[in-house]
Amino acid sequence: MAKFIRKEKGGTPGISTASLPDIIFMLLFFFMVTTVMRETTLFVQIRAPEATEVQKLEKKSLVSFIYIGPPLKKQFGTESRIQLNDQFANISDIQEFIALERESRDEADKKFLTTSLKVDKETKMGIVTDVKQELRKVGAFKINYSTRKKHIAKK
Amino acid sequence: MASRSLNEINAGSMADIAFLLLIFFLVTTTMDVDTGITRKLPPPLDPEQKPPDVKDRNIFNVLINSRDRLLVEGKPGNIKTLKEETKEFLANPLNKVDLPEKTLKNISLLGDVYVSKGIISLKNDRGTSYNMYIQVQNELATAIRELRDELAVEKFGMKFSKLINEDQTKAIKKAIPVAISEAEPEDIGGN
Repeated sequence: MAKFIRKEKGGTPGISTASLPDIIFMLLFFFMVTTVMRETTLFVQIRAPEATEVQKLEKKSLVSFIYIGPPLKKQFGTESRIQLNDQFANISDIQEFIALERESRDEADKKFLTTSLKVDKETKMGIVTDVKQELRKVGAFKINYSTRKKHIAKK
Repeated sequence: MASRSLNEINAGSMADIAFLLLIFFLVTTTMDVDTGITRKLPPPLDPEQKPPDVKDRNIFNVLINSRDRLLVEGKPGNIKTLKEETKEFLANPLNKVDLPEKTLKNISLLGDVYVSKGIISLKNDRGTSYNMYIQVQNELATAIRELRDELAVEKFGMKFSKLINEDQTKAIKKAIPVAISEAEPEDIGGN
């Protein structure tokens, strides 16, 4: 007991919180840097299907996205539509879209260009197949079906 | 006295301000790593070139109709058993005559291994839902991944995804290729 009291008397100085702002700022900068502001506004609803065998999409700058899903605004109907960049598009616009995407990349990177299909799970395959046929015609063979990772309990 | 108090600005609330900003970014950040199933599309068909002759035993037919039902090798299939069926087809452990042929190939790092000639043919209707299509693709991918894992564990003592050496990865990929072929689209009927 005496020992304890002696320590108390010695008076441990309070932990300095002066460096707390610095730590918080560090965290803050981390989040500021990692935050990616969405570039395109979505006009279609994308509820990605779930799958277990997903791979990470690497080299984000070499990926062009094609969105397919039912329009968010109901006046455009409920049937799935294609969205390229910031507007609705038709099947025939895809070739031009891919050509433009290719042009904006370096010559060396062109063959690594991946097309990510972000498709709503309620969409019928017909429209997806059409898109895939267009991609084949234009030579964009690397595709990625965007899916979320499903976690299953291990046996 | 007055000048001294002026000199020291109280920085105690700095942490609060930083916290506020931090919470704002925490809330707005969506850490969505884009994930997905990567596939390679085949080049467009040459109309003059005949499709290659593939023996019937080397093809594993998977058909999805517009009602999201499966037809596996001519029989109604179930998504739950699809993975096992695919694995049996690709591995053909008992060397059955109605399952695909295997050829002995010498692959560096692996030595002589049997490489299956089996091809999975996936066909879907225009009315098939995308979700079902992805589920089937996923099951097929799982089957291939598990086969690769088995081979990798046997040869290198660790799972395929854990392999660090790129040559080992390549060797396994060569021994068990992703042999999924998607049929040329056609309307099977019905919406």
